Amino acid sequence: MVPDKIEKRIELKAPVARVWQALTDYHQFGEWFRVALTEPFLVSTTVRGHILHPGYEHVVWEARIEQMIEEELFSFTWAQPKSLAKEHYKPDYTGEPRTLVEFWLQATENGTLLTVTETGFSKLPDDRREQNYKGNDGGWAQQMTNIEVYLGEHA
Amino acid sequence: MASTRRLRARGPAPSVVFAALGDETRLALVARLAAGGAASITELTEHSRLARQSRLTRQAITKHLRVLQRARMVRCVRAGRESRFELDPRPLSEIEEYIQRVSREWDAALARLKAFVED
Repeated sequence: MVPDKIEKRIELKAPVARVWQALTDYHQFGEWFRVALTEPFLVSTTVRGHILHPGYEHVVWEARIEQMIEEELFSFTWAQPKSLAKEHYKPDYTGEPRTLVEFWLQATENGTLLTVTETGFSKLPDDRREQNYKGNDGGWAQQMTNIEVYLGEHA
Repeated sequence: MASTRRLRARGPAPSVVFAALGDETRLALVARLAAGGAASITELTEHSRLARQSRLTRQAITKHLRVLQRARMVRCVRAGRESRFELDPRPLSEIEEYIQRVSREWDAALARLKAFVED
C-alpha cells in the first residue's frame, strides 16, 4: 500500500526557542536543510533558493510558508519541478501536486520533541482533481490499495 | 536530503503516475489489466461498459489508455493484426520506493538539524 503521510518524531536536546529559530530563521533553516535562501520566512509568501547539492545547484527549491505559530507550529507547502535534469530543467511548479510539511514543537524535560509530517503525496493537481473527483473523495486511495494488494499477490 | 528527492528517479515523475491514477475509468482499466492480463481496445471498452455501466466509446478508452501509456503503466503490444494493451506494474512500485526515499531523506535532514541545534 502507498502511504499518503510521512511522520517523524525526534527528541532534540535543545530548548524549544532554539529549535524554533533553527526552523524559521531562513539562514539557519538553509544551513541544515541545504538550500541557499535569501528572503525571510513570512506567512503566505513564497520563498525560493538554490539547492546546495553538487551538480544540482541549478535547481530551485520553492516553498510557500503556510503557518507560523510561535514555538508551536511551522508549516509550508512545496512541489517538485517536472524534471531536475539540467537540460530540461525549468523552475516550473504549476500543476504539480504540492505536499504539506508541518513541524510541531513540544517542550519536554530534556529539550524539545519535534514531530514532522509530510502529507498529500497522492493529491492531484487541483484542476484535475476537480474534474475527476465529483463527490468521490477517498476513492483513489481505496482503489490504489486494491490495485497494490492485487499486484502484490499476482506479480 | 529532502530537497533533491527526485535525483535518482528513473521512471515517470511520481506526480505523473499519481495523476494517471486519479480517474475512475483509468483505475478500472488498470484493475482490469492487472486481473485479466493483456486486452484489446474492444475488450477493454466492453469491460468498462459492463463494470461501470458507462457508455464510453472506443475513442474515449483509447484516450485514457494513452494517459496510462504516458505514465508508462500500460504498454501496447502487437499480436498479429491486433493491438493489445498490458500493464507494467513498475511505476506503482516506484511510487512506493519514492515514498520510502522521501522518508529516508527526512531522517538525514533531521539528523543534520539535531546536530545543528545541539551544538
